[in-house]
Amino acid sequence: MFSRFKFITARVYLGFTLLLFMVPIVTSVTGQDFYLDLLTRVLILAIAALSLNLMVGFSGMISLGHAAFIGIGAYCVGIPAYYDIHNGFVHLGLAMVCSAVFALITGAICLRTRGLYFIMITLAFAQMLYFTFVSLDEYGADDGLVIYKRSEFAGLLNIENATTLYYTVLAVLLIFFVLLHRLVQARYGRVIIGSKHNEQRMQALGYNTYKYKLVCYVISGTMAGVAGFFLGNFTNYISPEMMDWTHSSELLFMIVIGGTGGVFSPIIGAAVFLLLEEFLSGITIFWHLIFGLILIAMVLFGKGGVHGLLLRWDEKVTNGAGQ
Amino acid sequence: MILQVQNLNKSFGGISASSDLNFEVAKGQVHAIVGPNGAGKTTLIAQISGVLKPDSGNIIFNGKNITKTSAYRRAHIGLARSFQITSVILPMTVLENVMLAVQSLSGHSFRFWSPASRENHNREQAQQYLIDVGLGQRAGALAGEIAHGEQRQLEIAMALALTPQLLLLDEPTAGMSKDESGNIIKLLNKLKGQITILLIEHDMDTVFALADTTSVLVDGHIIATGSTAQIRQNPEVQRAYLGDSLA
Amino acid sequence: MDWHLLISQMLNGLQLGLLLFLLAAGLTLILGIMDFINLSHGSFYMIGAFFCASLMAITESLIFSIVFAVIGVFAVGALVERFIVRRLYKNDHLDHVLVTFGLILVFDTLAHMIWGSAGRVIPLSDALNGQIEFGGFVIPAYRLLIIVAGLTVAVGLYFLVTRSRLGMLIRAGASNRSMVSALGVNIDRLYLVIFAIGAALAGFAGMLIAPITEASIGMGNEIIIVAFVVVIVGGLGSIKGAFYSAILIGFIDTLGRSYLDDLLKLFISNQSAETAAPALSAMMIYLLMAVVLAFKPQGLFPPGGLNK
Repeated sequence: MFSRFKFITARVYLGFTLLLFMVPIVTSVTGQDFYLDLLTRVLILAIAALSLNLMVGFSGMISLGHAAFIGIGAYCVGIPAYYDIHNGFVHLGLAMVCSAVFALITGAICLRTRGLYFIMITLAFAQMLYFTFVSLDEYGADDGLVIYKRSEFAGLLNIENATTLYYTVLAVLLIFFVLLHRLVQARYGRVIIGSKHNEQRMQALGYNTYKYKLVCYVISGTMAGVAGFFLGNFTNYISPEMMDWTHSSELLFMIVIGGTGGVFSPIIGAAVFLLLEEFLSGITIFWHLIFGLILIAMVLFGKGGVHGLLLRWDEKVTNGAGQ
Repeated sequence: MILQVQNLNKSFGGISASSDLNFEVAKGQVHAIVGPNGAGKTTLIAQISGVLKPDSGNIIFNGKNITKTSAYRRAHIGLARSFQITSVILPMTVLENVMLAVQSLSGHSFRFWSPASRENHNREQAQQYLIDVGLGQRAGALAGEIAHGEQRQLEIAMALALTPQLLLLDEPTAGMSKDESGNIIKLLNKLKGQITILLIEHDMDTVFALADTTSVLVDGHIIATGSTAQIRQNPEVQRAYLGDSLA
Repeated sequence: MDWHLLISQMLNGLQLGLLLFLLAAGLTLILGIMDFINLSHGSFYMIGAFFCASLMAITESLIFSIVFAVIGVFAVGALVERFIVRRLYKNDHLDHVLVTFGLILVFDTLAHMIWGSAGRVIPLSDALNGQIEFGGFVIPAYRLLIIVAGLTVAVGLYFLVTRSRLGMLIRAGASNRSMVSALGVNIDRLYLVIFAIGAALAGFAGMLIAPITEASIGMGNEIIIVAFVVVIVGGLGSIKGAFYSAILIGFIDTLGRSYLDDLLKLFISNQSAETAAPALSAMMIYLLMAVVLAFKPQGLFPPGGLNK
């Protein structure tokens, strides 16, 4: 069982996970609550990135509208809270059902298209949703809603507590990771990976690739909806801006930095992206310039992202040992 | 008759790729379709396999009209194909490629938890198909890293794993060395009699070595059909297509 | 019905449509010919506006400023193509999206560093600031100028594409990419020129709008998404398609904003209607695109072959 941890890649990911477990302990000892907040945000966006990579990395569907699902999840906290419904089970249930339904309807249309058209139609649906919420005066329109009270889980879980929220998000992230890790190796995963590389061949083998991809879209969207549920709770404030297309691009960046080839790597990507952002913005107000250049360089020269780097390292070690 | 193509018409922006195309394939035969480049061979196979829908006409398979049946469903009723340009899943291993085909027939694939590689029955079946086509030793290699000829063999293994009644082969020896195409011809000769094969070919040597019946496709329709020996002698065919390539 | 309002709104729609066309024209060629997704095309719109504002401060002549600013944006576009975009044609769309998103960050920050965060105003002469009476209708002179300039460029582009050798190559490239290389043309140079012309057109659009809205950081990031919609609705690589769909979308947006709220006020409160109308008219644009993609995936006016 542990034989796979002889690889550097697996060790790094395991070590990173252990570090994530340590974060609240370190921050409580040193009293740096700010970093707990930052890492909570990392974990939440890591959930979204993980889900997006199922589409992009494993199924070859490049979506520029993934932030829409985050927005749906967040509004599924905000709108019930606005009506004084604070039951977390209701919030979470709504977030998953609404994002799944939105994914099913829009996915059914998006998947009729390919390539560039797919990118643009996913963007279009996200924009439609964005403008829908902008038009809803009742829920704050452009200004959004403040959430005065986080989701309540019948006394079982108090996510008003920052540490509890952190570990809750971490647990969900790891559960999603395990689910996807199994999924990509299961029958279903073989089919979507096959469709990414050669859809016509998969059809000739008798697979209704449309159906398999649609299910992929729905799984991915639902997971991102859960990320939105946490983001709404975490920031205590939601607005249509969460669905802006720039956030969808940022998610794409996270998975490319981490490397689209791995299941775990988007988590690293989210961490690198947000920590780099935090670090650079502390240096200069013109940090976007450096950030943009680093992002461009990563795409141009960083083939396979962090995951690719680790795999190459592993290969070198293995080859070296063989000689 | 296992396959009947009736009055098939297909055109792209005014250029006709199939025009009143008719032919039949008898069960158990190796039936070759030959024709010069641009005769509409690829369009024809695309329509038979369901990738393209004809403008008009019918495709009857085992007595059932499948003209409007989608490509993936045709695979389930016994119609398997290979592609002209090698078409395997490059980042997967040779064995995994064939397992995808086996998996397709063994129930749905909406299974999200147990690893596909541990489905022993599927794996053994897939391995057997690899042995059948002579790739038994290459199971663990990545499909993208094996030789071109081996990739074509793999394609045939994948098609066979669908246990087809009719095998559509789109230029199975294209781009191969003499040795490699010799291997493929040997392999196909072994299959002869067990499976009906519709062979779309440009290379006449392959056709003469394999086909029982040959049809000649020119400008989107069949100008002659007969035993391969007859076709070889047919003056009209020689003029229209074979020309001096036989001389 | 208020006819004056209707006509003035129609002129606004035409104006927006023409600006969208200037943005979409380059975008559709870059997409149709190079198969390159350029999210940072809106940055050229912004750069054009800032160049023009700076030149205006020096020369105090709008014509001069525009001419030199167009040349400047053309040069920036050529540099971006030569040193960044050219490396990416062979990569997949994901890389295009990411790199050009990175370029947006770079350009926005550079603009911030050079011109400050406040934005720049382009002052207009009294004549341009005035109004023109036209058979009982009063039209702001500058808006009329935008329309005339936009139409002139559209006509010029039409002749460039249909009559010149460059245009012949562009049309060939848009309908069949491999054909152009078969013609023995220097593809690198052709792509560079197309990209730079596209950038210059976007920059020109930014210059035209800046005296109304002022030049500001990130001004292109919202409108570029609409320009993408224009391109998809019109059909990739089709200048004609871009023109018609830009005008269509310009009208939908403008008329939606002004008339939808009257309609909505029949059902919901005034304030809610005023919030909802602009958002819903923006939404209609995306709805239009989704419908077009679902039923006519090639767009309304897909580019034809060489002889069309």
